[in-house]
Amino acid sequence: MIEVRGLTKRYRATVAVDDLSFDVRPGVVTGFLGPNGAGKSTTMRMVLDLDRPDAGEVRIDGRRYRELSRPMRTVGALLDAKWVHPNRSARQHLRWMAAASGIPASRADEVLETVGLTSVAGKRAGTFSLGMAQRLGIAGALLGDPPVLMFDEPVNGLDPEGIRWIRTLMQRLAAEGRTVFVSSHLLSEMALTAQELVVIGRGRLISQGPTTAFVDGAAGSAVLVRSPAIAQLVPIVQAAGFAVVPDPSGGARVSGATTEQVGDLAAAHGLALHELTLLRGSLEEAFMQITGRDVEFTAGGPPSRSAVPAVGQAGGPPPAVPDGLAARDRRTEVQS
Amino acid sequence: MSAVTAERVKLMSTRSPWWTSAVAVVIVIGLTAIVVATWSPADGPVPFAVAGYFATFGMVVVMVMAAVAVTSEYRFGTIRTTFQAVPRRTPALLAKAAVVVPVAGVVGLVAGFGAWGAAWLISPTAMSLSTGAEWRIVAGTGLVWAIAAVVALAVGILVRQTAGAATILLVWALLLENLVGLIPRVGADIQGWLPFVNATNFLTGGGGEAGATPSMSAMAFGPWGSLAWFAGIAVVLMAIALVVANRRDA
Repeated sequence: MIEVRGLTKRYRATVAVDDLSFDVRPGVVTGFLGPNGAGKSTTMRMVLDLDRPDAGEVRIDGRRYRELSRPMRTVGALLDAKWVHPNRSARQHLRWMAAASGIPASRADEVLETVGLTSVAGKRAGTFSLGMAQRLGIAGALLGDPPVLMFDEPVNGLDPEGIRWIRTLMQRLAAEGRTVFVSSHLLSEMALTAQELVVIGRGRLISQGPTTAFVDGAAGSAVLVRSPAIAQLVPIVQAAGFAVVPDPSGGARVSGATTEQVGDLAAAHGLALHELTLLRGSLEEAFMQITGRDVEFTAGGPPSRSAVPAVGQAGGPPPAVPDGLAARDRRTEVQS
Repeated sequence: MSAVTAERVKLMSTRSPWWTSAVAVVIVIGLTAIVVATWSPADGPVPFAVAGYFATFGMVVVMVMAAVAVTSEYRFGTIRTTFQAVPRRTPALLAKAAVVVPVAGVVGLVAGFGAWGAAWLISPTAMSLSTGAEWRIVAGTGLVWAIAAVVALAVGILVRQTAGAATILLVWALLLENLVGLIPRVGADIQGWLPFVNATNFLTGGGGEAGATPSMSAMAFGPWGSLAWFAGIAVVLMAIALVVANRRDA
């Protein structure tokens, strides 16, 4: 169990993490989702007490990281696979970590076996490919057999086989009752891996909850219906209060409805159906919809244009301004 | 204790500490042997202090080794793993000192006795080891290098990068303290308080006929006072480094 409360981190003028609070429960994989620069890694470093928060605190199973007597036996973490000395062998890398945590040295070979690096245990870590380095980092996280595990972008740069291996491993660790917290900016990956999601943008919490709820709630579900009597069905569904748009397949998309509702309507009027499918919005759509405001400025452009004379007031023809900018100017006008 | 074990594994499991230690010893023994072997009888008998002439050169090499023990951890990010395993940073960093400082001391002893031994083999009569001042030259290298390693670790913690730390240590120990003596009127007095000048004073100073370095006239302390002063400065520097390391983000 990881409890984050009011966590805040500032770097000079920028606020990297802004009053962030969330819980990570044991037994499920919890995804930590946000665009690059959202503050995921900073948050994870503060969980491990590597970076000092300006406000707030993190508790792991009720205690601060600093108060844990053998921290690596409670929290295993892979924040960056490159955090190894290139001239030290994989086995020696794990041996010193084990020694520092009072873990028997034999455990190094066990975790190397778990991640499939036994054959290269004596090789210098600097010669490892990115995939092997990630595996070594995961071996380090597993070293203390900890109940809490944290991975920062573990699938970055991995091949499909490596990605599947990590996904399976994380789900297995969660099934064993451990707390598993995984960050990613790859939304599709999180949809496959995580049952719970903590979504942040620009250092602030956007949502926390089950992955399915996030996708349904944000993108809104729709039902695809195909019927030989589609021309009769559409007015009936519209009359029931649902919006309908035509689908390229010749059927219709009913938004905001469940398959039960559409099926019952068709049955009540004796209309045959050839297809009735729930269309789930993709995580990308959900994410863009919810975080739209929070990623707006990261796309470039000054955050405030109030210094620019307001357009349109001189009475002349409005200058050619892209819609987005014009809209932003108007909003600035209203505010000032 | 487990943190000390971890630091021992770290130091021994890469090659560079072994190489730098070997280089430090070879430099000191080699240069001493060359000087004694080429000593011309016209210049009088071989002075015993020749055993300590080159200690400084080996010392800076060992200091770079000590600094790199810290800076390489920052360079490769393993310092974060270290703090993950031992979140209280003062014990984590002192564990490193508990390994690096004795290693520097032992390497210093090997260099000191090695240099004397090489000189003794070539010129046994001049190099007979008897007085306290002579013992200080030979065995004192161990103490001086150990304390110098504390200084180097502190600089490494503060600077966090190898090139910067090495430059600071080399310029400081080899150049800066000697150049201070060139300042008119006050230079010599200031020099008497500088840490590495005091380290040299401990090794070769105050021994009269053992061969004091000429510029040591303005020393603030006797040999053992100099050593204590040098050690005190090292401890203060390390304390500052620990406070800074505890405050900032890893």
